Amino acid sequence: MKTLEELMALREAAKAQMTTRDDSSEVTRIVVGMATCGIAAGARPVMNKFVEEIAKRGLKNVTVAQTGCIGMCQYEPIAEVLVPGEEKVTYVQLTDEKAAKIILEHIVNGKPVAEYTVGAIKK
Amino acid sequence: MRELSLNVLDIAQNSISANASLIEIELKENADENKLLIGIYDNGKGMTKKQLEAVRDPFFTTRTTRKVGMGIPLFKMAAEMTGGHLEIESEVGVGTRVKAFFNTDHLDFIPIGDMASTMVMLITMNEHIDFLYTRSLGEKSFTLDTRVLREILEGVPFSEPSISAWLKDYINENTKHITEV
Repeated sequence: MKTLEELMALREAAKAQMTTRDDSSEVTRIVVGMATCGIAAGARPVMNKFVEEIAKRGLKNVTVAQTGCIGMCQYEPIAEVLVPGEEKVTYVQLTDEKAAKIILEHIVNGKPVAEYTVGAIKK
Repeated sequence: MRELSLNVLDIAQNSISANASLIEIELKENADENKLLIGIYDNGKGMTKKQLEAVRDPFFTTRTTRKVGMGIPLFKMAAEMTGGHLEIESEVGVGTRVKAFFNTDHLDFIPIGDMASTMVMLITMNEHIDFLYTRSLGEKSFTLDTRVLREILEGVPFSEPSISAWLKDYINENTKHITEV
């Protein structure tokens, strides 16, 4: 069983790591729509995948946040990727596999995944 | 919604929008009588009598109180499909209490699903809000209070990967512990 003592140990390890972290303000934001429409369409596993991949790859300066209804419920799950200095990219009809690919292609390699964007769907 | 845990995630968003600083989530199961209560209680800004009447009607509310929308009607439907019902109490400046009652032996009962994911997501995405989660089955119960965990963490955020992973395992293990005979 997981114990609170274990949590204390994890806290100490996290504290040591946090001090070495880059304090740059250049933070990439991934915002996932988590209103009723998003949740019903499967936003929770998508959000989990983003968080998991960022942790697995040890990516610094990338945050995942939630927002309400983006206004295109039929295209949910939706996520917006905001890289500093670049145009916002809106990804639609996401799955956890697509989320993993976005982290690799867009966040790590800097190349947006065109086929998952709202522009590709609406054509 | 495919799991009740998704309804909980959704209803809790209303509490977040209502600027709650403490959100209590309760799942109380009575296996002998096949009853389940799911409660979401907050200390947010609350609703007026007029808003309270409106939240039950999706077609009226979506146009007036946009923050509420379809969430409550879907949760209500999930409860009513099992022969249960939904209750909402709210007071302006005090908070809102949503309670859904289910008959777990009904054919149309939607499984509870992954409550650990729901709780971890709520806690890590809302670092400034405290959560009190209680899951009980008969006499056995498990409580998770972020106010207690916060003291242990000494400022380390819940969203720190090692901490959120611990949180998920902690909830899953304790849930298993009380739900296994």
